[in-house]
Formats: sequence, C-alpha cells, structure tokens
Amino acid sequence: MSAATSNEAFTQFLLRMGDNTLILGHRVSEWCGHSPVLEEDIALANTALDLIGQTQMWLGLAGEIEGKGQTADNLAFLRDVWDFRNLLLVEMPNGDFGQTLMRQFLFDAWHSIQLGRLMSSSDERVAAIAEKTSKEVAYHLERSADTVVGLGDGTEESHARMQDALDYLWPYVGEMFQSDAVDAEMVAKGIAPDPASLREEYDALVGRILATATLTIPDTAFGHKGGRTGAMHTEHLGHLLTQMQWLQRAYPGSEW
Amino acid sequence: MNNEWPLWEIFIRGQHGLSHRHVGSLHAPDAEMAIKNARDVYTRRNEGVSIWAVEANNITASSPSDKGPLYEPSESKVYRHPTFFDIPDEVGAM
Amino acid sequence: MYAQMVQSEATKDDPEKLAAFQARIDRDEKIEPKDWMPEGYRKTLIRQIGQHAHSEIVGQLPEGNWITRAPTLERKAILLAKVQDEAGHGLYLYCATETLGVSRDELTEMLLDGRMKYSSIFNYPTLNWADIGAVGWLVDGAAIINQVPLQRTSFGPYSRAMIRVCKEESFHARQGFDAIRKMAEGTPEQKKMAQNAVDRLWFPALMMFGPSDKDSTHSAQSMAWKIKMNTNDELRQKFVDQTVPQIEFLGLDLPDDGIKWNEERGHYDYSDPDWSEFFDVIKGNGPCNVDRLAARNKAWKDGAWVRDGLLAHARKKAAAKVAAE
Repeated sequence: MSAATSNEAFTQFLLRMGDNTLILGHRVSEWCGHSPVLEEDIALANTALDLIGQTQMWLGLAGEIEGKGQTADNLAFLRDVWDFRNLLLVEMPNGDFGQTLMRQFLFDAWHSIQLGRLMSSSDERVAAIAEKTSKEVAYHLERSADTVVGLGDGTEESHARMQDALDYLWPYVGEMFQSDAVDAEMVAKGIAPDPASLREEYDALVGRILATATLTIPDTAFGHKGGRTGAMHTEHLGHLLTQMQWLQRAYPGSEW
Repeated sequence: MNNEWPLWEIFIRGQHGLSHRHVGSLHAPDAEMAIKNARDVYTRRNEGVSIWAVEANNITASSPSDKGPLYEPSESKVYRHPTFFDIPDEVGAM
Repeated sequence: MYAQMVQSEATKDDPEKLAAFQARIDRDEKIEPKDWMPEGYRKTLIRQIGQHAHSEIVGQLPEGNWITRAPTLERKAILLAKVQDEAGHGLYLYCATETLGVSRDELTEMLLDGRMKYSSIFNYPTLNWADIGAVGWLVDGAAIINQVPLQRTSFGPYSRAMIRVCKEESFHARQGFDAIRKMAEGTPEQKKMAQNAVDRLWFPALMMFGPSDKDSTHSAQSMAWKIKMNTNDELRQKFVDQTVPQIEFLGLDLPDDGIKWNEERGHYDYSDPDWSEFFDVIKGNGPCNVDRLAARNKAWKDGAWVRDGLLAHARKKAAAKVAAE
C-alpha cells in the first residue's frame, strides 16, 4: 500500500477519535449553567473541557498526518456533516440529565478501553495522546458510572428515566465495534485495535454497572450506523454544526 | 423530608507535603460523591493531591465562649516560643 | 459589586454587646459564624452575600449563551472554564452564606421566586462575540474593583470566599481583554462588533456599582460594619479611571462624549448612567430579566428528580451498610 493511502486511513482514524471528543464535548458544554445542581454543573464543565483539549490533540495530529496544512480549528469549524467521523451516539441530543449521563457512560466505557489499547500503539504520537487522555477518561468513567448507578437505583422516577435513556441510546452502541477497511489498516500497522476486539471487555464493564444500577439492557442486537464512516449521520449533527461553526462561516478568514 | 444534599467540609493537602487544610464546603449526597465533587470544585487549578471530606454535622467546634479557657492558658506558656530563649550571637543559627 | 442596593437591617440589640462588637470590627478582628453578632449584621450579610452568589449563578447565563458558538477550540475552552469558575464562585459564596444559618436551597428558592435579587448587569443580553470579551474585561473588571477591598471584610467566611474568588478572577478580566483586543485589531466587521459591545455595555457596567452616593442611604451602617468597604461613587470612579485608557489602547471610540480628563480632580469626568433605566431593571423590566429567571427556574425544576434520585440512592446505601453491621 502506498504511503498516501496509508496516511489517508490514519487520518480517518484520527478524525474518528477527534470528532468523537469534539462533538461530545460540545454537547456536554451545552449544560453549562443549566445543570440540576451546582456541583454537577462544575463537574460536567470539567468533562467538556477535557474533551475539548483531547480534540485539539487528535484533530491537530489528523491535520498533521493529512499534510494539507489543516489546523484542528479548520477541521472542527470548516467541515460539513459528511466529513465528520464521530459515532452517532455522541451527536444525540442531551435530552434530560439522565440521558446525557447515560450517553456519557456508554461512551466513557468504550473510550477508556480504546485508550487503554492505544497506549501501546505502534505510533508513538498516538500512544502519547492515549497516555495523557486515559487518565482524564478514567475519571469521566468513574463519575458517569457512579451517576448512572445512583440514578438507576435512586427513586422510582429516576429509575424510569434512566431505563428510558438506556432504551433510547442502546441502539447506538453497536457502531463502536464495527470495522471497515480503515480499521483493518490500523490493525495491520499496529496503530489501533480492531474495534470488534473491544466488545467483550465493554459488555462486561457496562453489564456490571447497569446491573448495579438495576437497569435492563434492551434485548436487541440492532445497531444504527453511519457516523464513523460518515455515510449517514443523524439530523442532529447539522444543527449542532450550524451553531458551532457559525462565526467561522459568517466571517471567514478572521482571527479570533 | 428535607431533600437538600448534606453539607460537607473539604480539606485538601497540597503538593508541598503540608497538612490538610480547610478549603471550603460543598453539597453532596454521600461521602464518595463529596470527594468527587471536591475534586471538581476545589482542585480545578491543580491545588491538591489528597482530599478529606467531613460531613459538616459531624464537626464539633469549640464555642466562642470557650475561647478564654481553651486558648488563654497557652498564652502564658511563653517558653513554647523559640524567641523566649536568649541565645548568644556567637552560638550561631539555631 | 454583584451586590447592589443591599439595605442594612436596623439592629435592636443590647447596646453594650453592640459596642463590644463594633470594637472588635474596629480592631480588624474577623467575625466568625459562631461569634455573637447583631441580628441586623447577620441579616444584611445574608442578603448581600446571597445576592452576590445569585449574581454569579445568573451571570453564567449571558456568557454561557456563547459557549456553543465560540469561534475556536481554544476560545471555547477558555470561555467554558470561565463560566465554570462563576459556578464555583457562586458555590463558595453560598457556602459562606450558609454559615449564617440559611440553607442553599432556601436561598435558591428566594432567587427563583424573586424575593432576592442579583446584579442588574446580567439582565443585559450578549449579542455578538465581542460581548464575551467585553463582559470579561468590563464586567469582571468592575467586579474585581469591588471584590478586592472585600477581601478585608469583617465576616470571616465572606472574606475567605472573596480571597479565593479574587485569585481566580484576574484570569477572567485578562481573557476578556485579550478576546476583545483580537476583535478591535481584526477585520472591519470584528472591530464593529467590539465597538458595538463597548457602546452597549458601558453604562450597564457603570450601574453595577449601584446608585450615586447622594441617593444611596443605606451604606453608613454597612461601612461601619466593614461589609461595604468603599462608597459606590469611589469605586465607579476607580473603574472609569482604569478603563478609559484601555479603551483608547484598543483604538475604540469612547462610549460616552462626557468622558474627559479632569486635571484638577486627577480623575476622568464621565456622564451619569440613566438611573431610571437602572431602577427599571431592578424592578424586573430589563431586557433579559424574565428569560434569566425562567432559565434558572427551569434548571432547578428539571433537576429535582436528579437531586432526589442521587440522595435516595445514598440513603439506600447507608441503610444497607447499617443493616450489614
């Protein structure tokens, strides 16, 4: 395989990592000032801040590997929906606080396992980002798991809301473990693991936490897809981008 | 029933190996969450390496009227303070 | 001066105790929560620190309005960190108020049903990205001028909260100035945004210090108690003197034709804000009063099940632990 093709796959992989954190960080930041209690407001902002920082690293590296002089900001603010490579899960709307925390937990669980594997990536830049961000993500997971357990096993109402959130979001979990040619090349180069290989660990972790939360995983193998390949995002992403990218689009070429 | 989360007093030991120091308070449903909230609220700028959380209800404080009996006796123990002792200059630093 | 027009409570305590209390304050001793204090001192402080806390919390909204539209990843992170700090400041201040025997939930209820106020400034909208710079630079700049002396206030928990707040606050003013400077030095459109922001926010910023001393009748007692350290006009003048050269540095037009250096006074002269507008805003008729309170009410109401759920879980866990022992 030529160097150009391989850079293309590597870039795609990095966009997948960076777009996940970009879009989820954006979603979480929407809560700032509106959370159920001050302490949660502050904690959610910390999560969003970590994710934005991680985005700068992943997209920064994506631009570098792509080699067309794109900065992380260019990639975040000047691509259209079809160029985004994030999981559909992270672009789903916040819904209520329970839905937000369930989405966070389902993502954090995958994210922490993925970063754990990436720490031994054959690409040392990837390994370094994974090393740094895995500490942040371990805390995200601890916190979101605790909250899912607390709300799942809280009051009747909180239990019902968390079960609703899980039912709504579960069909977006399967996408995390799908593989394509990009993944195959990443595996061949030792840069990243095969997504499918994360499933067992994920199911064990998520199953344990959701059981403690007294929640029931929906009995369906169905999974939506199209985010990480860019083939078909949800309608939600376009609306998110209209906000996020507005200034850069309306006043192109300005420095901020 | 009052459904306000209990108040916790937060003590943090910073990087310098000094004792835990009271930094403020916060609300949390239980001790574990109090520690997590403290991490998010009081160490946003890398302030600490170790956190204690104590439910405010469980703190016994001296009352202001005790101020005399509790603290005044130590005022008379001037010998506890190093400046009490006159050390000749030629002895050097001590 | 996220606390405006805080009325000092009259006090009907034993004159001997009052004199001893005043003597402690005059000696610059800190008053701590368990110390004896006049009822008026306690009530005035609850109102003042509570209002200050509410202002931090409502103050998250106008800036939060731009978090999802920040133009770069770095600006987004900076703004988010700043608005998060405000939540933190609100939290410190609520805790200080709680030491006076009122719970945070009670204070919240009083904000939500309009019994307690927050600073008038947060009832103004943020309409363009330069507003974010202007809020950090002008609004936080004004707040710092008020808060720095409050670090020496007589009530221990308030003073300690202010010390913590001030430590974090200079980042806010600096990031604001940096953001608006980029705009002022940017494209013609960006410069227009910067000018528009300064023109719109200048007088509301001046109003933050409260009415003119000649119309402000309640400050004598608060000054004696050292819970108000300077008069409104003193602080306002300080703000004007500090800010006018900064506006000039940015190359923006001054937002008030009345601004002129007065050699004799050694200060800038400036025009009074429209105080009738100020009193309208205080009464609830500012451009954003209704929206701000609606947003806070919604957050509180929508969050009830979360607060109750997590508490219920904590109680179950505690009960299970007791049962196991």
